Amino acid sequence: MKRKEIIFGLLLAALVALFLSPFASPWPDGLERVAEDKGFLQKAEEVKPVVSSPLPDYVFPGLKNEKVATSLAGVLGTLAMFGVGYGVARLLKKRS
Amino acid sequence: MHIPDGFLSTGTWVPAWLLSAGGLGYSLKKTAQAMKDRMIPLMGVMSAFIFAAQMVNFPVMGGTSGHLLGGVLAAVLLGPFAGAIVLSCVLIVQCLIFQDGGLTALGANIFNMAIIGAMGGYLFYKVLILLMPSRKGIIVAAAVASWFSVFAAATICALELAISGTSPIAVVVPAMAGVHAIIGLGEAVITGLVVGFVLKVRPDLIYGQAFSHGAGASSSPCGGMLGGAPEEGKS
Repeated sequence: MKRKEIIFGLLLAALVALFLSPFASPWPDGLERVAEDKGFLQKAEEVKPVVSSPLPDYVFPGLKNEKVATSLAGVLGTLAMFGVGYGVARLLKKRS
Repeated sequence: MHIPDGFLSTGTWVPAWLLSAGGLGYSLKKTAQAMKDRMIPLMGVMSAFIFAAQMVNFPVMGGTSGHLLGGVLAAVLLGPFAGAIVLSCVLIVQCLIFQDGGLTALGANIFNMAIIGAMGGYLFYKVLILLMPSRKGIIVAAAVASWFSVFAAATICALELAISGTSPIAVVVPAMAGVHAIIGLGEAVITGLVVGFVLKVRPDLIYGQAFSHGAGASSSPCGGMLGGAPEEGKS
C-alpha cells in the first residue's frame, strides 16, 4: 500500500466512526434482543465486570453531549485500533 | 453478538478460551511464516475499519439492530489467519477498553467471530470462488460467505448459551439463527460493497492474488483472471 492509500483507508475508518457511530441504531443487537425475549438478559446484569474499562459503552467520559462523546470515543478507538493492528503485524514480521 | 459476562458457565467459557488460544496461536504462527511488508499497513487499516464499522448498528426489524462483524471481509483481504488475528485484536480492545463483551466470555467471542467468523467464513468463500472463478464471482462469494459466517457464529453462540444452561437449546438456537439470518444480509451488503471497491481500485490486495509469492497469479485460487497486478513497486 502506498502512503496515501494507507491514509485514505484510515481516514475512511475514522470518518465512519466520527459521523456514523453517533447515529447508530440504539436498538438492542441480535443477542441482546434474544436474551431479552427469552428472559436471560438479567444474568448479565447480575455480574459486575471483571475489569473496569476506561470507556464503557463507547462513551468518552465527562462530555454532556452523548453523540459527541460516542463520536470521540469512536475516533480514538479507531486510531488506537490501527496502531494495534499495525503493531501486531510488525511484531509478526520481525519473527518471520 | 458480543457475549457479556454472566451468560456462560465456567464449563463453557474455560474450554472456549482454550480453543481460541489454540486457534489464535496457530494463526499467529501461520501469519508470521507468510508475513510480507505490504501486509503490515493493511492489517492496521483493516483493524481500524472493522472496529469503526462495528460501532455502526443498523436497524433490522422490530426494535432489533445488528452491525458488521467483518470476519469474511478481513479474511478476503488478509487471508484466514491474519484475518482471524485482526478480528481477535478488535475483540480484545472492545472488551478491555470499551466493556463490549465480557472478559470471561472473550474466549467464546474470539471463537465465534474470529475463528468461525473469519477462518470458517473464509473456507466457505474459497469453495465458492472455485465454483465462480471470475471478478464478479469474488464479490458474490464474499457476500454469501459473510452471510454464512454471521449465521454460523450466531448458531454456535446459541449452542454455547444452551450448553451453559442459560437458555434451552430448542429456544435459543432458532431465535439466534433467525435474527442473525436477517442481520447477515447487512453483513453481505457491506462486505460485497467493500470487496467490490477494493477489486476496482487495488485488485492485487485481494488475498491469494498479490500475496502469492513468486509465480504470481498463476498459483492463486483466482487463477490470474484479475489481471495479475505486478508484485513489485506496489508496496
